Amino acid sequence: MGKQSDVVKTESNTSRKIGYALLYLILGIIAVFQVYPLIWLVKFSLKSNREVFSESPFALPTEPRWENYTTAWTQGNIGLYFFNSVWITVVAVVLTVLFASLVTFAITRMNWKFNKLTLGLFMIGLMIPIHSTLIPLFSFFLSINLIDNPIAIILTYTAFNLPLTIMILLGFYYTLPREIEEAAVIDGCSINRIFFQITLPMTMPVISTTAIINMIYNWNEFVFINTFIRSDHYRTLTVGIQSFIGQYATDWGAIGATLVISILPILIAFFFLSNKIVEGIAAGAVKG
Amino acid sequence: MNKVMSNKLIITLYVLPALLLIMVLIYVPIVLTGYYGLMRWDGVGEMTFIGLDNYIRLLSDNQFWRSSFHSLLLAIFSTISLIGYLIISLILATKIKGANFLRKIYLIPMLLSSVAIAQLWLKIYHPTNGLLNSLLFTIGFNNAPAWLADRSLVLFSIFIAIIWQYAGFYILIYYAALKNIPESIIEAAKIDGATPIQIAYKIKFPLILGVFKVTIILAIVGSLKYFDLIWIMTGGGPAGASEVIASYMYKQAFSSYNFGYGSAVGFYLLLFCLIATWLIRKLTTSKEEIQY
Repeated sequence: MGKQSDVVKTESNTSRKIGYALLYLILGIIAVFQVYPLIWLVKFSLKSNREVFSESPFALPTEPRWENYTTAWTQGNIGLYFFNSVWITVVAVVLTVLFASLVTFAITRMNWKFNKLTLGLFMIGLMIPIHSTLIPLFSFFLSINLIDNPIAIILTYTAFNLPLTIMILLGFYYTLPREIEEAAVIDGCSINRIFFQITLPMTMPVISTTAIINMIYNWNEFVFINTFIRSDHYRTLTVGIQSFIGQYATDWGAIGATLVISILPILIAFFFLSNKIVEGIAAGAVKG
Repeated sequence: MNKVMSNKLIITLYVLPALLLIMVLIYVPIVLTGYYGLMRWDGVGEMTFIGLDNYIRLLSDNQFWRSSFHSLLLAIFSTISLIGYLIISLILATKIKGANFLRKIYLIPMLLSSVAIAQLWLKIYHPTNGLLNSLLFTIGFNNAPAWLADRSLVLFSIFIAIIWQYAGFYILIYYAALKNIPESIIEAAKIDGATPIQIAYKIKFPLILGVFKVTIILAIVGSLKYFDLIWIMTGGGPAGASEVIASYMYKQAFSSYNFGYGSAVGFYLLLFCLIATWLIRKLTTSKEEIQY
């Protein structure tokens, strides 16, 4: 009797192990599907066209051609696009987080008649498809001479990221104890000092989450910059590499190198900040 | 306290910058889109009021309905693929070693720009030297299709790239929701003799139903307004076989300079998104939300 139950036990153990092995296999295949295209990209970014067209695409480059990267960087204006991406992203993120914090503070901490209505306006903003605003925005910026001006891009990024940012901040503000702020009021502290010296520092954890999310969205944005920016010297990486690739359509190595350069900053950021990024994306899920 | 916190001037100063931005750059434009739809207009010259002509013409515009159908197909594909993401998340959440690492690996494509993703997939789908067809040649499959030039395959091919882009995102959301389920509930079910599949189907899934509904809205509305990958990879082609509502609108306005007609398309897109959101909310509202 005891022996039989042992047999049953080992059998279920083996089937358990097989089951787990199967699950790992499925998860592993998905991981390969998600990552291999990027490894392949790095491989062909180091190849010459002759290698790309005559040898197996799975092979490693026989002699890595780093000059593909110098070609991309010098001829592709990548340095300039990179700089534009950085400063436009940073300015838009700072404005978004500051304005969103001010609104969230006013909505959660101060007493006024229309605060529910204002909050509603911001939340409905989450559902508006950007393409439905594109033509009026274009003609608006055209009429005030902001087409082909980075200010148009920064303002648009800020406006469209405000609803999501406020939504994420709101959850944090509601859980934040008010006692410190109340004590500050009793001590005669002005509201500006309360906001800038007490509340803002206390909300740093959630501010960094929203800043990261905003950064990823702005860094990767395509439609607005493609529509509102005409001249090369204001292009960001996304649109810049698109036009560069258009010119070098047949040079696989240069295209690959350009793409690797454009995604490297995000991958490096992810390597160091993955927990924050994961948390931010989960919190920002509503935007999609 | 109350007096300090009711300072009208401060409230105005704090709220105004953000409110102005969303009013001027989001709300006024969506109203104007509807209004411009009533015009014949090339974007720079004079507008001519033509009433509902654009909206009526759209109703019998075959290419518009074809584009809408493609957007709808993408929405259906995306919704179905949610089940796959859910299953993967359920596996990941069953104390798999390395789950945290895996979900981060899955997320990487979502962090890349659509330009990078589109350009990479253009190379993957390259008819002779692309990753996919090379793989097919290696295993002896000689008539590999030209994935993006084949009218019957192009939408499906793009959808695979969209899956690549978003899989990690949905898995992340489900995983986070599943990790929120208290361990005690699962333990209790195990003691009662529930199998892992029963636990997944009868306990875990109902508990994250709220999150699942949100992702349905995300997937459908996201698909209806989908644009980037399609625009860069095929531009809606070949012969309109991958045209969607947003790309059709963009072409009408910024390639053909039919700003009035494009606005009408943009307005329909807005309506579709709002109706879809409302409809899904309505269809998926259950009498009682499950609490734990």
